Amino acid sequence: MTLILEAVIFGVLTGGVYALMASGLTLIFGVMRIINVGHGALVILGAYLSYALLSSGAHIDPFVSLLITMPAMFILGVVLQVAFIRPLKDDREALSVLVTYAVALGIEGLLGFIFTNNFVQLNAWYETASFAIFGFHIAYVYVFGFGLCVAILGAMFLLLYRTPFGAAIRATMLNRTAAQLVGVNVDRVSAVAFGIGVATAAAGGVVFGLTNSFDPGSHYDLISRLLTIIVLGGLGSLRGAIIGAVVMLIVEDVAAVVISPVWASFAFFVILVVVLVVRPQGLYGIRVRERI
Amino acid sequence: MSMLEVENLAKRFGGVTAVDACSLSLQPGRITGLIGPNGSGKTTVFNLITGFIPKDSGDVRFNGQSLANFGPDRIYALGIGRTFQLARIFPRLTALENMLVPMRREGLRGLFSRGHRHDERARAMDMLASMDIAHVAGLLGGSLSYGQRKLLELAAVMMVKPQLVLLDEPAGGVNPALVERISDHIRALNAQGVSFLLVEHNMPFVMGLCNDVVVLHRGAVLATGTPDEIRGNPAVLDAYLGS
Amino acid sequence: MTRLATSAPVKFGALAVAVVLALLVPVFAVDPATTNIAVFTAMYVGLATAWNIMGGYTGYISLGHAAFFGFGAYAFGLVLAHLGVAGGYEPFLFVPVAGVLTAFLAVAIGWIALRTRAATFVIVTIAMMFMVQLLAENLVGLTGGGAGLSFPVPPWSGDFYNTPFYYAMLLMALVALAISWWIRRSKFGLGLLAIRDDEDKALAVGVPAHAYKLTAFIISAALVGMIGALYGYYVTYIYPQFAIDPLVGLSIVLMVFLGGLGTLWGPVLGALILEPAQLWLAYNFGASGLYLVFYAAVFLVVIILMPRGIVPSVLSLISRMSNRQAVGPSDAAGPAPDTRAIAEPSP
Repeated sequence: MTLILEAVIFGVLTGGVYALMASGLTLIFGVMRIINVGHGALVILGAYLSYALLSSGAHIDPFVSLLITMPAMFILGVVLQVAFIRPLKDDREALSVLVTYAVALGIEGLLGFIFTNNFVQLNAWYETASFAIFGFHIAYVYVFGFGLCVAILGAMFLLLYRTPFGAAIRATMLNRTAAQLVGVNVDRVSAVAFGIGVATAAAGGVVFGLTNSFDPGSHYDLISRLLTIIVLGGLGSLRGAIIGAVVMLIVEDVAAVVISPVWASFAFFVILVVVLVVRPQGLYGIRVRERI
Repeated sequence: MSMLEVENLAKRFGGVTAVDACSLSLQPGRITGLIGPNGSGKTTVFNLITGFIPKDSGDVRFNGQSLANFGPDRIYALGIGRTFQLARIFPRLTALENMLVPMRREGLRGLFSRGHRHDERARAMDMLASMDIAHVAGLLGGSLSYGQRKLLELAAVMMVKPQLVLLDEPAGGVNPALVERISDHIRALNAQGVSFLLVEHNMPFVMGLCNDVVVLHRGAVLATGTPDEIRGNPAVLDAYLGS
Repeated sequence: MTRLATSAPVKFGALAVAVVLALLVPVFAVDPATTNIAVFTAMYVGLATAWNIMGGYTGYISLGHAAFFGFGAYAFGLVLAHLGVAGGYEPFLFVPVAGVLTAFLAVAIGWIALRTRAATFVIVTIAMMFMVQLLAENLVGLTGGGAGLSFPVPPWSGDFYNTPFYYAMLLMALVALAISWWIRRSKFGLGLLAIRDDEDKALAVGVPAHAYKLTAFIISAALVGMIGALYGYYVTYIYPQFAIDPLVGLSIVLMVFLGGLGTLWGPVLGALILEPAQLWLAYNFGASGLYLVFYAAVFLVVIILMPRGIVPSVLSLISRMSNRQAVGPSDAAGPAPDTRAIAEPSP
């Protein structure tokens, strides 16, 4: 029983990390209606950037490195959107999948070329040190990571719901044409939203890199999980991404304890199947019967 | 037995009651107008009848057969066609191909039939000619003008000879000359035995064309009758001007 | 409306010449390296054409077709092992069995995946693919897991070895093309294209969209499964991460987009261009990450510059040029049309 409880706690903590990554992904979908299949690769890129900063002479702590990597990745996101997404005119949804997949491959190749394909991990004191609470041992890194996720998600909510620009983003998400008609510069909103999404990937990368070993090819597994999460939560719904992430991770961690670690990742997809059969639009998505 | 029997149809969207205990009955061979102020639920009634959205309660029967849980394709196969508020055609298919898409439960037999069988193509061209748009047969749907699309939409729906056609704002968004033509086409098709239920805001159009008129207000039927009876009904005027 | 080759005899003639040339490839190219390229190119021609039946005609982009490819390979290997079939020509007879088995998988996956539209569908196909890969890795008793699955080895020698495989792949490619052509000119195909344009409108005019989508999905998957079966037999040993490889699925999609999504010959052209290029890149840069970087670069250039693909772009360019030479008002009935239409008005 305690094992299961531990798994649940663990699921909540790691769910926070995935929630952060998934919310960036669902934000991008909501604003531009594109699936950024490269999101996993961007997370790994963030992890590698922090890794490089950590391994360099300056020995910059992963969390501190975010001060550099997040702005850098924000700019990268804007550049990617303007260079590769904005030019797409017809068939936007389908083509954007291919384009972002290509970006993912390019990132994977570049990382492989620079860092080779050996597995690495971000190391810091809080990774192994743990504290005890109610008889459970929790490594500090998970708490820090969870805290970071809460902080960034909180900032994102503040941006979206308390600032005029956030209102512009939400307007674009709800109805792009209507937003244009009231004077929202949807192109700029799209670019910035993409940048924000990629910046959150940098943060996700740090926490992911601290708690997992990774190589350039790790993005496949990651993106398949993230995609599953946002489908479960409902494409475009931030609430759904967060809840979906936590639910998925709890189920997976409990399954690892109750069944076996090998089949735990399978549980992930089983949930997806169940959700799609029962409620194809996900928890918080809207049933799209377009233009009746 | 009436052709179309709608009984206590109801639909809510969240907190909004779009359709509320709506009941109406259509006899074959007639042109019926469905009018009402904006937001009275007209298009929702269409969507419910043709199976595009599920109803909360009530029943729809066509020639005695209940349409409960039928999808739009099955309802079309039974003989009820519809057009849309904003004319919808297939933009990447030619006008002629648009005419060849409608089908009546061919199912997998469609695998084995050629899309441009000669008699079907000839019939399609005749239909286009009767609507005076035969000259655009080879053009892509996406390159047609809005008026041409409206005519194409109607022509295509008629290809499988439906018994009842629901027209959503057939006179909407087109110039007065075309409105006249559309009115003539509907009358001509009606003379061949097709029944129509049309939603419209253009009152002269409705009053001049329809045999019966049903007035919808806040999702429920307010009044039914001939155009003259409706014109003289004070409750209808109240509903439109708001009280 | 302008057409390229205006008469049927000319088209048939060109096609016949192409087929004859394809049949003669092993006669001219004798060394195994070249015939290996031929085998893989023919394989991708078939894969791209088969994928196009679903992705091109219905507009439902599946990025998980690698699942069917790998499943077909595994199913074939297991059937051969179970029946104790020895290497040689005999296994080729059992390829359709792999197709049927893959069709069953397609029903299962399709029933779930086709409850969704557009963006969600793409994601679900990706998820399904990873699921199949997981199953292949973890059902060790059945598939051998990470250790892989072996196929019977044919007793052919050296230079001749690739030739039967080439003809088998070529045959599958021609079968896929024939089916694709047949669908395109049938009412079923018209219904698929209608679904692609506007699915709800298609429903409104009686197209049984769900049944049609599922049928296209099954046909596409079965063909891909059979080609996967041939692939497994060709390489004689398969592993989960290589048989069910997302890059294979992605390559197929890129080839179809390059050639022209939804056209008949686009996938063929895309495969003929990209597969040899891909093999060359893998040969020269495979070990380092540069292979992926180049691949990604080509990808992006193609998608950004020629989003509709080669075939439609070239055709509309030609029809625009010939429209300019038109004399009189009869040709100027409207903007230069996309010559992809499958029905012409009676002259």
